[in-house]
Amino acid sequence: MAGHAAENHGPMAQFEIKRLVPMELFGYDISFTNSALFMVLALVLASGFLIFAMNGRSLVPSRMQSIAESLYEFVAGIVRENLGEEGMRYFPWVFSIFIFILAVNMLGMIPGSFTVTSHIIVTFALALMVWVTVTLIGFARHGVGYLKLFVPDGVPIWLMPLIVPIEIVSYLIRPISLAVRLFANMMAGHTMLKVFASFAVSLPVVAKAFPVLFTAAFTGLEFLVSFLQAFIFTVLTCIYLNDAVNMHH
Amino acid sequence: MITAMTVLVAEALDVGRDVAEALDEHKSGGLPQLHAPDFAPQLFWLAVTFVLLYWIMSKVALPRIGEVIEERRDRIQRDLAAAERLKGETDKALQTYEKALSDARGSASAIARKTRDELGAEVDKERKAVEDQLAKKLADAEASIAATKTKALASVKDIAGDTVVEIVNALTNINVTKDEAVRAIPSGSDK
Repeated sequence: MAGHAAENHGPMAQFEIKRLVPMELFGYDISFTNSALFMVLALVLASGFLIFAMNGRSLVPSRMQSIAESLYEFVAGIVRENLGEEGMRYFPWVFSIFIFILAVNMLGMIPGSFTVTSHIIVTFALALMVWVTVTLIGFARHGVGYLKLFVPDGVPIWLMPLIVPIEIVSYLIRPISLAVRLFANMMAGHTMLKVFASFAVSLPVVAKAFPVLFTAAFTGLEFLVSFLQAFIFTVLTCIYLNDAVNMHH
Repeated sequence: MITAMTVLVAEALDVGRDVAEALDEHKSGGLPQLHAPDFAPQLFWLAVTFVLLYWIMSKVALPRIGEVIEERRDRIQRDLAAAERLKGETDKALQTYEKALSDARGSASAIARKTRDELGAEVDKERKAVEDQLAKKLADAEASIAATKTKALASVKDIAGDTVVEIVNALTNINVTKDEAVRAIPSGSDK
C-alpha cells in the first residue's frame, strides 16, 4: 500500500486510486478517493446544470435550456424507441445511467483528471445493477414465464438443446460484456493518449510534432468515444429492459 | 430499485473485501484497476453518488424539464387548435359576407329596375298630360280662329252692303235699303 501512490508517471499512473480522506465504516474502507471526488463532481455538475439550465422554464428555451432539453429528448427518444411509451416509467433510471456515465467520461477528458469509468469495478457495478434490475423487473412482470426468454419462437424443437444453453449463457454474460465494453474503451483510450503524449516528451525535437498532432487528433476521437460509450451503455440497458418488459425477442 | 441497489452494493463490498484479501497476498503492482483494496471505497461512493443522482433526477431535474416540454407541446397544440377555430370562423364570416354581397347586388338591381319602371310610368303620364293640354289649347285656338273668321266674314257683308248703298245712291239716285243691298251680294261664306 505504501509505495502505491509513489511518483510514477507511467501510462497506468493515471488510473491509480488515491485516498484523499481515509474513512472507515463497519470495518469497510470507504475512503474518499480521487475516484469518489470525480463521482461527486459528476453528480454536482450534472444535477446542477440540469436544474440551473431550467431556471428560466421558458417556452422559447435559452441556450442552456436547449442543451438540457436536448439531453432529455435524446434519452427519452432511446427509451421510447426501444420500450414504447409505457417504458417511460423507467426513464429517470435510464437517464441517470446515461448522464452519470457521460459526466464522468467527459470529466475524465480534462487533462490530469481521473476517469471513474476506467475502473472495471465501477463499470461492473453499474452493469450488474442494470442486469439485476432488469432481471427483477422481468420476473416481477412475467413470473416464471420470463424464462421463456431463453426459448426463442420459431426454432425447431431439435435445436432447443443447443439454443437454450446459448441463450442462457448470453443472458448471464450480459453484465460482463456491458462492463468490459465501457471499461476497456475508456482505459485503452486514455492509455493510448498517455503513451503518445509521453512520446512528445521523449522523442528528439524534430520528431515531436508527430506525437503532438496525433495526441490532439486522438483527443477529439476520445471525446467521441466518451459520448458513444455512454450512449451504447444506455441503448443496451433499454434493449435489456425491453426483453424484461415486453419479452419481444 | 434503491433498496435493490443497496443490497447489491453491500454484497459487492463484501466480495470486494474478500477478493482484496486474497489478492493482497500476491502483492499488487500490476494494473491499478485490479488493485482489490481499492474496490470497496469506489463501490461505496458509486452507490452514494448514483443513488443521489437518481433521486435528484427523478424528483427534481427531470420533472422540471418534462413539464416545460409538455407545456410547450400543449401550448403549440392549443395554438394550432385556436388557429384552426379562427380559420373556420374566418371562412364562415367570408361566406356570410359573400352571401350579403350577392343579396345586396340582387336587391340593388331590383331597386334599379323598379325605379326605372316608376320613372318611365311617371314620364309617360306627364307627357300624356302635356299632350292633352296642348291638344286642348290647339282645339281652343282653332275654335277661336273659326269664330273670328265667321265674325270677320259677317262684317265684310255688312261693309259691302253699306258700300253698295252708297255707290248706288251716288250713281243712280235710286234709294236702296241696306237689306236689299246685302241680299244682292252673294254670300261670301257660301263659296
